[in-house]
Amino acid sequence: MPRLRNLGRGWILTASIVVFVVFRTVWSGHWNFPLDRATLTPFHTWLGSLMDSVDANRTSNPLMANIVEVLRTAISNFVTMLQQLISEPAPNASYPFIGWLGVIAIVGWVVYATANWRVALLAMVGFYAFGALGFWTESMDTLALVIASVVIALLIGIPLGVLAGLFPRVEQVLTPFLDFAQVMPTFVYLMPVALFFLIGPASATIVTLIYAVPPALRITAVAIREVPIVTVEAGTSLGTTRWQLLRKVQLPQAKRTIVVGVNQTIMAALSMVTIAALIDAPGLGQVVVSSLQKLDVGTSFQAGLAIVVMAIVLDRATTAAAERVERESTGHESRRQWRRPLLAVGFVGVLIAVYLSHTYLVAAQFQGEGSIGVPIANATQTAADWVQLHWGAATSAYTDWVSTWFLNPLQNALVNAPWFVTAAVVLVWACTFGGRRLALVAAGLIAVLVGTGLWSDSMVTLAATFFAAAITVIIGVLLGAWMGRSTIVDRIVRPVLDAGQVLPAFVYLVPFLGLFGATRFTAILAAVVYAAPASVKLIADGVRGVPETIREAAVSAGASTWQQIVKVELPTARHAIALATNQGLIYVLAMVVVGGLVGAGGLGYLVVAGFAQSSLRGKGMAAGLAIVVLGILIDRITQAASRPRERAEIGATH
Amino acid sequence: MTTSISVRDLWKVYGPNPERIVGSPDALLSRSELRRKTGCTAAVRDVSFDVAEGEVFVVMGLSGSGKSTLVRCMTRLVEPTAGSVSIQGEDILHADASRLREIRRSKFSMVFQHFGLLPHRRVVDNVAFGLEINGMRRDQRHARAQEVIELVGLQGYEQAYPAQLSGGMQQRVGLARALASDPAVMFFDEPFSALDPLIRRDMQTEVIRLHNEVGKTMVFITHDIHEALRLGDRIAIMRDGGIVQVGTPEELIAQPADDYVANFVLDFPKSHVLTLRWIARPATSDDELRGPELPATMVVRDAARTILDAAGPVRVVDGGQLIGVVSTEEVLAVIAGVHA
Ligand SMILES: Nc1ncnc2c1ncn2[C@@H]1O[C@H](COP(=O)(O)OP(=O)(O)O)[C@@H](O)[C@H]1O
Ligand SMILES: [Mg+2]
Repeated sequence: MPRLRNLGRGWILTASIVVFVVFRTVWSGHWNFPLDRATLTPFHTWLGSLMDSVDANRTSNPLMANIVEVLRTAISNFVTMLQQLISEPAPNASYPFIGWLGVIAIVGWVVYATANWRVALLAMVGFYAFGALGFWTESMDTLALVIASVVIALLIGIPLGVLAGLFPRVEQVLTPFLDFAQVMPTFVYLMPVALFFLIGPASATIVTLIYAVPPALRITAVAIREVPIVTVEAGTSLGTTRWQLLRKVQLPQAKRTIVVGVNQTIMAALSMVTIAALIDAPGLGQVVVSSLQKLDVGTSFQAGLAIVVMAIVLDRATTAAAERVERESTGHESRRQWRRPLLAVGFVGVLIAVYLSHTYLVAAQFQGEGSIGVPIANATQTAADWVQLHWGAATSAYTDWVSTWFLNPLQNALVNAPWFVTAAVVLVWACTFGGRRLALVAAGLIAVLVGTGLWSDSMVTLAATFFAAAITVIIGVLLGAWMGRSTIVDRIVRPVLDAGQVLPAFVYLVPFLGLFGATRFTAILAAVVYAAPASVKLIADGVRGVPETIREAAVSAGASTWQQIVKVELPTARHAIALATNQGLIYVLAMVVVGGLVGAGGLGYLVVAGFAQSSLRGKGMAAGLAIVVLGILIDRITQAASRPRERAEIGATH
Repeated sequence: MTTSISVRDLWKVYGPNPERIVGSPDALLSRSELRRKTGCTAAVRDVSFDVAEGEVFVVMGLSGSGKSTLVRCMTRLVEPTAGSVSIQGEDILHADASRLREIRRSKFSMVFQHFGLLPHRRVVDNVAFGLEINGMRRDQRHARAQEVIELVGLQGYEQAYPAQLSGGMQQRVGLARALASDPAVMFFDEPFSALDPLIRRDMQTEVIRLHNEVGKTMVFITHDIHEALRLGDRIAIMRDGGIVQVGTPEELIAQPADDYVANFVLDFPKSHVLTLRWIARPATSDDELRGPELPATMVVRDAARTILDAAGPVRVVDGGQLIGVVSTEEVLAVIAGVHA
C-alpha cells in the first residue's frame, strides 16, 4: 500500500480533531489538572524558595557579588547619569541638569543635523507635547532608559552583527539565541531578570537589551552580507587587508541598512521600556500600568498618547536620518551651502538654551504641564463612561454571543480534555508536519508543560491565543488579498500598518479597556490589533508576489475575480499565509499574556500575580516557563507546517 | 617573447572534499557525470596555457563554462583546488597572505563585469582606491588618478558619484582604477557584457587603444565571439571547465578543433580574419602565373578587390617564396561562408 504514506495531511488533521472531540466528550473533566489560583504545587514552592535563596545570597555568592552586582551597578549608574541630565534632579540639585528648553533645543538640532528641518520641527513639537500632555518628567525618564538601552544594544549588536555577517560560523552559533529571544514573549523574562538584577532601571535596561539587541545584530549581519560581492572582490583584487576591506568597502555600503537597524532597535527599546514598568522601570510605562490596573481609562489614554508621540518622533527622525545617509552617500543629496553655517549658529543657540534651562526656572521646569493632557484625559474618561453606559449592554451582548458560540466551547474543549488526549493530538500534528524529530521535541516540551503544574491555565491561554490568531489570520487574508491586488488600497493601508507596528504593545490595551472593561476580550482584541499588521503585510506581499503569468493564465482561462483569488492567488501565496499564521500566533501569544494586566485569565494573570504577591512568585515564574514552552511549541509546529513540502513524494509512487 | 603568465594543470572543484577528485579516476568523468556521482562541480578542469608579455589573451566560452572561476583562480579571489599559476615568474598559489596583497597592489589588477565601483566614493576616489590602501599620500594619489582618468577619457567627471554615470562611463572608471597602480597584467572578467552593443564597441576600441598606449599583458574573458576575435592575439575556447582549443583568431576560424568551436565561429564573417595563407591552393599546370602577387598575411577581405579584378589566379607569396595561388572561386567561397 504505497499510498498510505501519502494520505493527505488534511485527512490526518481532521481525523485527529474528531478523535479529540470524541475523547474529550467521554472523559470531560478527567485528568485535566485543574488548579486553583492560590494553590501552589511543590514545583512552585520549590521555585519560590529558589528565588528566595537568590535574594538571600546576593552579597555572599561570588558570582552574584562580582558579576551580577557589578553589572547592575554599572548600568544603574549609567541610567542615573542620563536621568540626572534630563529628567531627575541630582541629590544636591532641585532640577535636572538640562531643563525642558535645553532638551527641546538639543533634539531640534540633532534631528536637523542627522535628518532634515521638517522632522526636526516635528520632533520639537512632539517633545513640547510631552510636557503639554502632562508627562515631561516621565517622558524624559523613558527617553533616558531608551537612550541607555539603545547605546548598549548597539555597542553589542553592531560588532556582533558585523562578525555574523562576515563569518557564517558566528552566525550559526548566534541564530538559536536570537530566535529564542524573538519568539519568547517579552512578558516572561521580566521576572527572571528582576530576580537577579532587582527591580528598577538596571533590570529594565537588561530586559530591553534582550529584546533590542537581536534586531540590531540581525540587520547589521544582513547589511554586511548584502554588500555586492563584486565590490568586495574588487577591493580584494586591489590588495586590501581584511580590516581595510571592512572599513572602506563593506561598512560604508552597509551603513544605510545599519541605520535602518538602529531605527528598529530604538522602536524595540521603546516598546520594551514601557512594558518594563512592571519591574519598576521609571517613566511613561508606569503611568500606563498603574492606570490600567486602576481601570482609569482617561489617564492611561493620556499617557498612551505620550508614548505614541514619542514612538512617532523617534521613528520619523531615524527613518529620515536613514534616508539622508542613503542620499548623501551616493551623491544624490546636493549639500546645501548654508547648511553648515546654519548648524553652527544653531549649535550656539543650543548652548544658550541649555544654559538658560540650567539657570532659570521657567526654562528648567515645564510651564503649563498637562495643559492639553488633562482635558484630553477628562474627555476620554467621559467618552469611555458614556460608552460603558450606553453601549455597555450592546458590547456585553456581543461579547456574550462570541463567548457562547466560539470562545467558551473552544476553551472548554481544551481545558476539560484529558491532558494526554490533547498531547496526543499535538504529537500527531508535530509528526505530520515535522516528522519524528519534531514529535520528539514536542513530547519534551509537553512534558515540561505538564511539569509546571499549570496545564489548565495553559489551555486557557491557548484558547485565547487560537481565537485571536484565527481572527488575525482572517483579517490578514481578507485585507492582505485586497492589498495584494490593488495598489491603491496598499498605498493607503500600508502606512497605517507600519504605524501600528511601531507602537509599543502596551498602548493597544488602552482603547479596548475603554470598550470592554477588564475582560478577556480586551486582551484578545488588543492582541489582534497588535498582531494583524505583520500578518496582513506578509499576505499582501505574498499575493502581490504571485507571478503575473500565472494570473494572466487564469484570466485568459476565463476565471472570475473570485475564482482568481480563491483558486489562484491564495493557493499560490499559501506559503505567505502559513508564515502569517506563524507570526500571528507568536505576536498574539505575546499580547494575550500581557492582557493578564487587565483581567484576562490564564498564564498572563499568574505572571502579573507573581509580580504583585511575593508568595505567588514561584508560580508566576512557572507560568513564565509555561508561556515560553507554549511559544516554542506553537512556533516549531507552525514553522514546520509552513515549509514547502517535498516534491519527491509525488514522483515516488510511480 | 617572454612568458608573462603560466598556468599549469589548474583545477577548481566545488563541493564536498574537492581535493579527492583531482588525480583520481573520477577526474576523467565529464562534468555532469562527476556531479551525479560525487556531488562536486568541476568549474575549472585541468587547464594549462601560457600568456606572453604584452599579449592580449582572450578566454571565451558559454555562460557556466568556468571562465570567471578560471580568472578568479589566477588572481586567487578563489582558491584553486590544484595546479599552479605563475605571474611574472612568481608562484601565485604559494604566496602567503601579505605577499599576495603585495602582488595584488603592484603586479596585476582586475576589471569586473558589474564594475564593482564603491557607490559612496566619487570617481576620483574610486580610481585612487588601490593607491589609497597602499598608503599613498592623498595629493600624490589624486595626481596619479587624474592621469589615468584622462587616459580613459573621463576628465570632468572626477567629482561625480558612480550612480550619476552611465554604464559605459562607470566601466571607464573601473578601467581607470585597474590602470592606476600601473600593473604588469590586467584581468578583465566580461567587462562589457552589461553594456549596450554600441557602447560595447566603443569600449573595445578603448581597450585596443589603451593596449597600444600602455602595452600591458591582458587576460580578457568574454562570451562574445566578435569581441574575442576583435581583441585577442590568441583565444582560448572553454567548455565545461576545460580548454577545447587555443589559437589565433585565424587558426580558430580556419581549423576549429571540433563542432563546438566551429559553431562559435559559424556566423563570423571569415573574410575579415582569414589570410590568403589559409585559402591558397597549390598551383596547377593550368594556372597562368602572370597575375599580381600578394603577401600570405593579407586578410581575404582586403585582397578581394585585387583578386576579383585579376584576369587569372593571384600568386600568394610568403617571404618571397610562392606558397600557392588564389582565384575568384576561393574568395567567393570564403565570403559566402562555405569554406571549411
Ligand atoms: N561558489 C560556487 N559554488 C559552487 N559552484 C560554483 C561556484 N561558482 C561557480 N560555480 C559553478 O562553476 C561553474 C562555472 O561557473 P563560472 O566560472 O561562473 O562560469 P562563467 O563565468 O563561464 O559563466 C558553473 O557551473 C557554476 O555553477
Ligand atoms: Mg562569469
